[in-house]
Amino acid sequence: MTSSLAATPLLPWHRSAGATLAPFAGYEMPIQYGSIVEEHQACRNAATLFDVSHMGRLRFDGTDAAALLDHLLTRRVSDLKEGQIRYSLMCNEEGGILDDVLVSNLTTPSGLNYHLLVVNASNREKIVKWITPHLADFPSVTMTDRTDLTAMIAIQGPRAMEICGNLFKSDPSRLKYYRGTITEQFSKPAIVTRTGYTGEDGIEIIVRAEEAMRIWENLILAGRKHGLIAAGLGARDTLRLEAGMPLYGHELNEQIDPLTAGLKFACNLEGRSFIGDEALRTIAQQGPTRTRVGLLPEGRRPVREGCDILSNEGAVIGSVTSGAPSPTLGKPIAMGYVDNAFAAVDSSLQIDNRGRTQAATITSLPFYKRER
Amino acid sequence: MNPEQLLYAETHEWVHIDDQGDQKIATLGISAFAIEQLNDLVYMDLPAVGTALDAGQEFGEVESVKAVSPLYTPIAGEVLEVNSDLPDNLEWLNEEPYGKGWVIKLKVTDDSGLANLLDHAAYEKQCAESG
Repeated sequence: MTSSLAATPLLPWHRSAGATLAPFAGYEMPIQYGSIVEEHQACRNAATLFDVSHMGRLRFDGTDAAALLDHLLTRRVSDLKEGQIRYSLMCNEEGGILDDVLVSNLTTPSGLNYHLLVVNASNREKIVKWITPHLADFPSVTMTDRTDLTAMIAIQGPRAMEICGNLFKSDPSRLKYYRGTITEQFSKPAIVTRTGYTGEDGIEIIVRAEEAMRIWENLILAGRKHGLIAAGLGARDTLRLEAGMPLYGHELNEQIDPLTAGLKFACNLEGRSFIGDEALRTIAQQGPTRTRVGLLPEGRRPVREGCDILSNEGAVIGSVTSGAPSPTLGKPIAMGYVDNAFAAVDSSLQIDNRGRTQAATITSLPFYKRER
Repeated sequence: MNPEQLLYAETHEWVHIDDQGDQKIATLGISAFAIEQLNDLVYMDLPAVGTALDAGQEFGEVESVKAVSPLYTPIAGEVLEVNSDLPDNLEWLNEEPYGKGWVIKLKVTDDSGLANLLDHAAYEKQCAESG
């Protein structure tokens, strides 16, 4: 392993657990501890713990923090109530997606209000560079990159809430979905948000880096009798794919706009101005030319990112952006973009799967939805 | 098969040679080390009987949740037999990679590729260094 890779505070634990480690966005991250399928199923049936400390955490303080973020983001965040969280996108002037983010409006126990932006690990440097020049227009706002000072842990699955119920000063199960709070764990501050990237219930926890190992081990112990295990980025990827969630660098990039990506819900185009608004209004008027779709390939051979999608006449009409065997459905699933004319649910098409055509059907997303 | 008596390619295929005097039959499989590394096997692709293969040619693939791994033959030959039940019973690769998890049998047409193969001890060393 190259020594230039960054380590999360939990890396020693991953090593001692025998994880398969691989470079991801500049960090040495656990891909799996044993079987990806077992970790995936543990999340669907019990609970799993993920180290997601590689995700970027940017803190915005100052009276105009919400106004700055409103200017940067496709979705209005200035009306976020205290403790509320919103998914949004950051676009360039052309409407290309720079990143997809979560914005939280949080207040410390001592009454200090700030906004937290969680960004993709691979985009953190780019986003910091993108935001920095805009700070001059909002002199009251300071941006602090908290990523290396903190750790982030996700606990996800149907048993997640009962596992972590007693570990925090305030019970996380009192939080509604997409709400967060700053509470305490062993009298140390912890940000707890009811969010996730698996399609399951659960929370994400942000603590100071030096607290990470203790809280991780507490969760492992508390979860043992509930079937909780640690899961790596491999299972995280198959879980989010089943849940129909886009992943930056695959479904999303600077050449794709939010409307094409099917993320219109995260764009407030009326009565406000933000970076990329004009481009997005134009795209909205004309309608995007491609659509993000779910794909069910026939047979057992998984289709993978980069495979061409073909019409039944053999014309290239799109491409696969993510594909994997679905542990829950027991068959291959994929996401991709196709030309609008071919995007209707239940349409049949072909996928060029590394030199062999494979029939596939368009299906509505998500592939998996938990019972609430 | 006894794994200690097999030959191994750097790409993790194992080879067993049955020298019948007038012809040599090679049985190819995938090493236990590679199967363990692959983890969570989901799919396998095998060649048709009668396919002529050059040394170093790809003859199939084995796929896990995360990745696709091509299979290469280290020696030239004609595909005599394939383990056609294997793709529907991928667990055989985990259970018996040197037994019922065999992949193909070749009628050897040129065995000069054997010179490039590792014996068990050398292969173990390679695995230890990469692990």
